Amino acid sequence: MAYSEKVIDHYQNPKNVGTLDKSKNNVGTGLVGAPECGDVMRLQIEVDEATGIIRDAKFKTFGCGSAIASSSLATEWLKGKSVDEAVKIDNMTIVEELNLPPVKIHCSVLAEDAIKAAINDYRKKNGLEELQFEESPVH
Amino acid sequence: MLKLPIYLDHNATTPCDPRVVEAMVPYFTNAFGNAASRNHPFGWQAEEAVDYAREQVAKLIGADPKEIIFTSGATEGDNLAIKGVYEMYASKGNHIITCNIEHKAVLDTCRHLEKEGAEVTYLDVKPNGLIDLAELEAAIKPTTILIAIMYANNEIGTVMPMREISAIARKHGVLVFTDGVQAVGKIPVDVNKDGIDLMAFTAHKMYGPKGVGALYVRRKNPRVKVTAQIDGGGHERGMRSGTLNVPGIVGFGKACEICLQEMESDAKRISQLRDKLENALLKVEESYLNGDKESRLPHVTNISFKYVEGEGLMMGFNKNIALSSGSACTSASLEPSYVLKALGLGDDLAHSSLRFGLGRFTTEEQIDYTIEHVTNTVNKLREMSPLWEMFKDGIDLNTIEWAHH
Repeated sequence: MAYSEKVIDHYQNPKNVGTLDKSKNNVGTGLVGAPECGDVMRLQIEVDEATGIIRDAKFKTFGCGSAIASSSLATEWLKGKSVDEAVKIDNMTIVEELNLPPVKIHCSVLAEDAIKAAINDYRKKNGLEELQFEESPVH
Repeated sequence: MLKLPIYLDHNATTPCDPRVVEAMVPYFTNAFGNAASRNHPFGWQAEEAVDYAREQVAKLIGADPKEIIFTSGATEGDNLAIKGVYEMYASKGNHIITCNIEHKAVLDTCRHLEKEGAEVTYLDVKPNGLIDLAELEAAIKPTTILIAIMYANNEIGTVMPMREISAIARKHGVLVFTDGVQAVGKIPVDVNKDGIDLMAFTAHKMYGPKGVGALYVRRKNPRVKVTAQIDGGGHERGMRSGTLNVPGIVGFGKACEICLQEMESDAKRISQLRDKLENALLKVEESYLNGDKESRLPHVTNISFKYVEGEGLMMGFNKNIALSSGSACTSASLEPSYVLKALGLGDDLAHSSLRFGLGRFTTEEQIDYTIEHVTNTVNKLREMSPLWEMFKDGIDLNTIEWAHH
């Protein structure tokens, strides 16, 4: 399968690989996927408590090139967004941006799930109610 | 100067040896006759070429030329052997024994026959990829007509104990079919010494052309017959109709001749390179060899690199190094390799596997390049892997509740 230029670029030069201190109250961590399925994504956000803006985002991903690219792109998009805006990131925009073929759509779904999981982790730590999301149809 | 990309996927297919191509060329143009045209020189010339190739092919496996049925390849040979025996020996029984790491051409043929009333036993393999002979013998019943066990596995390269298998089969009067695709031309295969009654193999895995193969069908002790699966002009002793692929068959014959002459020296050289590659890659932390280390083909190694995913791994070098992965992502089904899973590997290790298949034209320079680039990519991806980080932090991944999707 041939990868799109953008997937290759994110794979070769992934943005924001790393780890944030998850013991901090303003850091939210989402860990989604499973080793048996061949994809695990960990996505973290660090929120500026004064403004509610995500000032840093990091990821680590076990998976194929499309999974790595989806999470790398997600961290790029998260930075500078408010938490409320970040919730709205839709997997299909990731699919479009990276030109993912149908067999790789699940990688974008995983990235969306990771964002939501990170946000809920942040909300929970800060005494906010966890958001309820509809089950993704692709799973 | 190292030429890229490097081809290390010789279990998928091999390049044609230039000597094979040279032998084939005249049979496309001047000597284009139909081998079944008995009444003119064009036909005679083609028939003579086919007869000669049949001898070359038979000689490689210690068979009589009359026992060689030319086919379009091993998938056809697998189908013809299993379905052909099932139909021919229907009055004797309907039970077939095979194993769960066979090629799909064998497994799916068996599944097809199950729908038509066959009873099939799929033996499990041991963690080293070999079948348990006691289990095989215990599986035989009065209705058993065929044991279908591959000579060597395509993903891990393990070589099955054919002589022990056929000895058990003989004792119970059961026929032995083997898918010899990966073994013939790579290691010595002798249908008489190995006690094989039927064997499918193909030219393109041994430096011959694609689209041509053979089914060996024993003629004596016992005389074996298969019901034709393709009806028509009654070619190949009535077992496989269809105009013979003369240039392909000529190339196949030449490929067999070269293998017979060079197998020993090739195997020695290639296995040294394979060992160099394997030893270097097994020095990478948390890497594991899949399949038996002793009973296996000289040119294959299959290694899992824990905590990185196979397809992601290949993406790091697949512009320059061609090989295969047992990862789900390389298949349409999103399921990891059923062969690796049959060895008892967890899905995580199956997803993390790479198969390196060396060949006649592989050089040491190519192996050095591969060692360097695969190692670097594994290290790079581990820096990006949350699983590697957890492993390094001493977290047991089995204690985590994963969100299965």
